[in-house]
Amino acid sequence: MKVTVDEARCCGAGQCALIAPEVFDQREEDGIVLLLDGAPGSRVHAAVREAASVCQAAAIRVSETS
Amino acid sequence: MPRGARDPLPSGDEARLLTRYEDVRRALSDPRLSREGATGSDAARITDDDSDIFNSPMACTLNAVGHERWRRMLSRWFTAKRVQALRPAMERTADRLLDEMPDHGHPADLVSHLAFPLPVFVICAMLGVPEADRDSFKGWSDTFPSMAKYSRDEVTTAHREFEEYMAALVADKRAAVSAGKAAEGEEDLLSLLITATDAEGRPLSGEALTATGQALLLAGHETTAGFITVMAAHLLSDRRRRQRLLDDRSLARQAVEEMLRFDPSGGFGMIRYVHEDVELGGTVAPRGTTVVCSMSAANRDEDAFDRAAELDVTRSPNPHLAFGAGPHSCLGQALARTEMQAVLDVLLRRLPTLELAVNGAELRQVDGLLTSPPAALPVRW
Ligand code: HEM
Ligand code: SF4
Repeated sequence: MKVTVDEARCCGAGQCALIAPEVFDQREEDGIVLLLDGAPGSRVHAAVREAASVCQAAAIRVSETS
Repeated sequence: MPRGARDPLPSGDEARLLTRYEDVRRALSDPRLSREGATGSDAARITDDDSDIFNSPMACTLNAVGHERWRRMLSRWFTAKRVQALRPAMERTADRLLDEMPDHGHPADLVSHLAFPLPVFVICAMLGVPEADRDSFKGWSDTFPSMAKYSRDEVTTAHREFEEYMAALVADKRAAVSAGKAAEGEEDLLSLLITATDAEGRPLSGEALTATGQALLLAGHETTAGFITVMAAHLLSDRRRRQRLLDDRSLARQAVEEMLRFDPSGGFGMIRYVHEDVELGGTVAPRGTTVVCSMSAANRDEDAFDRAAELDVTRSPNPHLAFGAGPHSCLGQALARTEMQAVLDVLLRRLPTLELAVNGAELRQVDGLLTSPPAALPVRW
């Protein structure tokens, strides 16, 4: 799984970081998403998929090709 | 309801009502629409006075500050990490409130002894509002949303007193900060915001600080209290649902999201002003249109959610719109979510001894038909 984030779209409300804190964090100064792990392990795939599909800003892209 | 129906507002002005998920989400995120425009002179008004918090002098002060700049300066206090750090204190407070409940007589009201005080406590602690002042705050905040219940004079007075209170609090904090007296550990949001600057090194003005304090206090508790109430009602009213959550405590997070989605009370909806012609709901909304985005209708749109009319605590993913979407989406959503999760955990832990003290008919009302959170939720243990 490969994950990318689009900082320009992000509104910084942190839903991704609540759902998958192993993969997403937020910049200290303004809350914009920070990608911690662009190729996360299978243990967190479900959480990452959930984070991507609930992000209202559509700022998270997940590609399933290993 | 037809798509994008035109509806008269209580003020008599017309607006276009959006009820479908995709339309509501687009209207809230599309840069051709704005909330700021909805306070302009040619926009439809919801009511014909300025008691609506998004049309109040407070909202105008915040608009003048520049929304993006304001939001960037505040976001750091509302990140997932920050609010997670507050969670143990939330759980302790919820436990303490439940411990004290028997002192208030039997049956006790879960709204006035848990759902309301908890979010007030959390947001007051965050802002640095002294504990002794929290009761006067409750009086004001009861007055604002109840335009029907109080006279216009009463609402105006409450607004003025609340503003004066907040201005004085900010002045106190400013004095303490400049005297270097802000004691160790007194790192509340307002004190820190006094010295904070934006990317260009500009601080917020005194009026903007006061308006920020007001906005956060108001935004921070009313809705959250309502949702805690509804959540507790859903939990206590259905034995199977309760058992499901007790059997698998990891469902708590999804359960909270589903209660947020399911809520039918989402208020009137969010208003937006159309700056450029835009297609919404299959037709063009011309420039100058005011639209009302009904999040609660969108959250029950069958095209967006399977079995949308059913409350399913295992629903996932759950991209509901209870916190809006786009540049104005709820800044406090991580805080609100964490408060709800903390309360749910504490309630589940204490459930065997806590139950509703209302009958079946009242319960059904709680479980789907209500249009606003119940004003009281009697419980016994
Ligand atoms: C369950 C509880 C809550 C719900 C359902 C809720 C819902 C919302 C919604 C729908 C909006 C969007 C308004 C719009 O689009 O015009 C909003 C904005 C906002 N909320 Fe919340 N909210 C909740 C709790 C909180 C809390 C605890 C805070 C913390 C102080 C907060 C602070 C704010 C702020 C500051 C805004 C304005 C954001 C902006 O304009 O950029 N909310 N909220
Ligand atoms: S969920 Fe989306 S919008 Fe929210 S912080 Fe994460 S990336 Fe940004």
